[in-house]
Amino acid sequence: MSSEKPVGVLGVGSFGTAMANILSVNADVIMYSRSQERIEEIQKTRSSRGIALRKNIRLTSDLAEISDQCELLFPMIPSSGFRDLMIDLSPLLRPYHILIHGTKGLDLALDPGQDIDSVETISRSHVKTMSDVIREETIAIRVGCLAGPNLAKELAEGHPAATVVASHFNEVIRYGQKYLKTDNFQVYGNSDLRAIELAGVLKNIIAIASGGLQGLGFGENARGMLISRGLIEIIYLGKALGGNVTAFLGLAGIGDLVTTANSSLSRNFTVGQMLARGMTIKDILNEMDEVAEGINTVKIMSKVARHYDAKAPITNTLYNVLFGNMTANEGLEYLMKFPMSRDIEFLKGLD
Amino acid sequence: MAKTKVKSTKKWEKGRYYEPIIKRSKYWPVVQLSKNRKAFIEEVAKETLIQIKKMRPSKTQIVEEIETALYREKFRMRSNPWRVDPPDEKPFWDGIKSDLLSLDTDYNEGDEFKILEKIINRYAEEVAGNFKPNRYRFTRRVVKFGFRRLLNAARVQGFFGLFKSDYYLTDNIQIFGKIKQIRNLARDGTIIMVPTHFSNLDSILIGWIIHVLGLPPFIYGAGLNLFNIKIFAYFMNSLGAYKVDRRKKNYLYIETLKMYSHLAIRKGAHSLFFPGGTRSRSGHIEKKLKRGLLGTAIEAQRSILMNNENRKIYVVPVTINYHFVLEAPSLIRDHLKRTGQERFYEEKDKSSTSFKIIKFLIKFFSKGSSISVSIGRPLDVLGNYVDKDGRSLDKQKRVIQIEDYFTLGGQITENIQREEEYTRMLSEKIVEEFHRNNRLTGSHLISYIAFSYWRNKYPQLDLYGFLRVPEEELEIDYGKFREMFIEHRERFIELKRQKKINLSIHMREGDIDEMIQHGLNNLGLFHVKRPLLLKDGKILTHDLATLYYYHNRTDGYEF
Repeated sequence: MSSEKPVGVLGVGSFGTAMANILSVNADVIMYSRSQERIEEIQKTRSSRGIALRKNIRLTSDLAEISDQCELLFPMIPSSGFRDLMIDLSPLLRPYHILIHGTKGLDLALDPGQDIDSVETISRSHVKTMSDVIREETIAIRVGCLAGPNLAKELAEGHPAATVVASHFNEVIRYGQKYLKTDNFQVYGNSDLRAIELAGVLKNIIAIASGGLQGLGFGENARGMLISRGLIEIIYLGKALGGNVTAFLGLAGIGDLVTTANSSLSRNFTVGQMLARGMTIKDILNEMDEVAEGINTVKIMSKVARHYDAKAPITNTLYNVLFGNMTANEGLEYLMKFPMSRDIEFLKGLD
Repeated sequence: MAKTKVKSTKKWEKGRYYEPIIKRSKYWPVVQLSKNRKAFIEEVAKETLIQIKKMRPSKTQIVEEIETALYREKFRMRSNPWRVDPPDEKPFWDGIKSDLLSLDTDYNEGDEFKILEKIINRYAEEVAGNFKPNRYRFTRRVVKFGFRRLLNAARVQGFFGLFKSDYYLTDNIQIFGKIKQIRNLARDGTIIMVPTHFSNLDSILIGWIIHVLGLPPFIYGAGLNLFNIKIFAYFMNSLGAYKVDRRKKNYLYIETLKMYSHLAIRKGAHSLFFPGGTRSRSGHIEKKLKRGLLGTAIEAQRSILMNNENRKIYVVPVTINYHFVLEAPSLIRDHLKRTGQERFYEEKDKSSTSFKIIKFLIKFFSKGSSISVSIGRPLDVLGNYVDKDGRSLDKQKRVIQIEDYFTLGGQITENIQREEEYTRMLSEKIVEEFHRNNRLTGSHLISYIAFSYWRNKYPQLDLYGFLRVPEEELEIDYGKFREMFIEHRERFIELKRQKKINLSIHMREGDIDEMIQHGLNNLGLFHVKRPLLLKDGKILTHDLATLYYYHNRTDGYEF
């Protein structure tokens, strides 16, 4: 009965498309884009961002249609447009809707009259995860997120992979597993929604830095150093935003970090490479055809770190390279001099 | 001395009692329940059994729960017997023991359920209340009459006051909030009242409020320890109380208790829970609520919906505002002993005697200290506000169908984990409402200011160390104190504007010195050692721990 209902994917980016393909193994899928033009283009080629669409996926630009037909919705759009989409969706949603998002970015809810460039520091109460945004803007209560090493291109090619569905509700996790699990795609559950969201968001910072190291021509020793230092840093930042440590040690934490910090298929990694080549942020943004969430995350988290006086040398250095006058080389030099005599001893007492 | 008697407001008329919404007691839900008492107990037992079988599907699990219950009950009987305990307890549990033994020797299919049933039946009978309308009326009259006579005697100064009725309870106890809406909702829906809990007076107060508002009696879980005292037992039984034995923590008992509440709510019995469990020891407004009974409201709502009925359950947070709490000194010492252990020690304990309580009551009524009760906006069991007709509204004031919350795959389903999560969310919402409806009084604000000021002077000491600072060393110039008062009051006015707290009427406008004086008077009304006083132009304390208690009431607001 319920399996006859189609599943909705909001967004037609590469990750959304890859996920729609996986979902289409278990159910019919409706994909939504607000741009009629994009839809026609995808219809014509039956592919989006170079990924071919499977047969039982159809498209719509009508939010009412997708919310009416589907009980289970997967918002897969950049964080910058997430809140607006939820506001539009809000009158159409009912408490029986289940939303599992796959957006690895943050939403900033500052006081009226403020914007990110005018504030010096940002406190936790102003930083929202996407599930916070869903809860704030809509009546949907059974929400969850997807996180894990899920490079869209590899998923599209059917490589074996796994993901985490996190939610406070077991039924959301079960639903996610029911519709996402295929022979090549494993789905794990986790009840710590906030921590899993943060793990997915924060790892992008390290992915940019890793791309930078590679762009500067350094090898695996440097990367090993970065990933391990980086993990500790994002754990601290995650703590500042109210996440637990353990989530960072699983698939959505280390798993995703190792993948994106090693792969030129990752947009954030690519951003780092371009930085190393001396490109400015403006050039980089022009060059990218899809959003790299890490850029915005660095901006927000650097100010969050300042607010809580948290040690975040990698984030702060990236901030200076991205938005200040520091070059990638200077940034690296600065990091190598940063006084950190202990390895991970200071993790003690974190939990 | 300022005899600032709080004036009645527009909303609250002197001596006002609302018309009962259901005149004839035979139609009161609680009467319906007790009329069919036997059948109801049977139903509770039957449903509990079904529930336990669902949760513990295997024989091993059932036997394990019975063994645990047996072990704990035996231990309780040995270590903590009460007068109210029935004499046949021991033979009963001995019987269970031999039943369990015979499971091993000759077992027939389903024998474990028979044992389970015996226990559940006993528990259901034990928990069940026994409401008697005549006794209810009688008790109500006694309380009302007694209070009023006392009040008049105190006010009119003298014995002859006993025969006058110029003063009403409603002079001293003000009720604010959504009275009309609650009365309206109680006609077709079921009300779950959830008050803050600071004082032993709360139960009497709430009982009286329910009566004043013209609502039929509510059922509530009363600690079995109260039934140890015969006179209490008489009244409790007659007031719709069911019995909660806090010594029994085994799974079977807790399931029975929850099922009793669940089914009673489902049948439309308005209920009262103190969701904090016990009185707030620290003086803080409850931050963490007990979710067991609260969850039964959600379960009941779901099972009503599953039965295709549309009776709705409304949760009404109630914040009780006392200028001062009779038992504050002993509560806070109890709290500090628990949290600080050996770091907190006190000189001697001053427990309340009956004489003191009477003295308190006379002082209370004669000096015009008021209690205010804020009835919060009613919520559905998911924590959404409801409109005057009881429809649930989202933040944009759109109507929500609550059955959608329980729907999966197009059907209303029972899902315990989901409902646990909903209970957590509901309890967070209730805590938020408690803080929002809190009415800041002068006595709370002066305690908050003085304690924080002194505390900040000793940052190197931990709380317990600080509480041992000699009280002679703590003083504030009145001028300085007045300045801080003005500044803090502004901050709270801003918070009120953001709808995060409320201010009592005499804090809204008027003379600052009078506000401070009013606060000082109220705070010192009863306590032998005054938490705060003004002497020779200086603010002093004679009881720092109790001052801490009053400070805590306003703690935890973010500016």
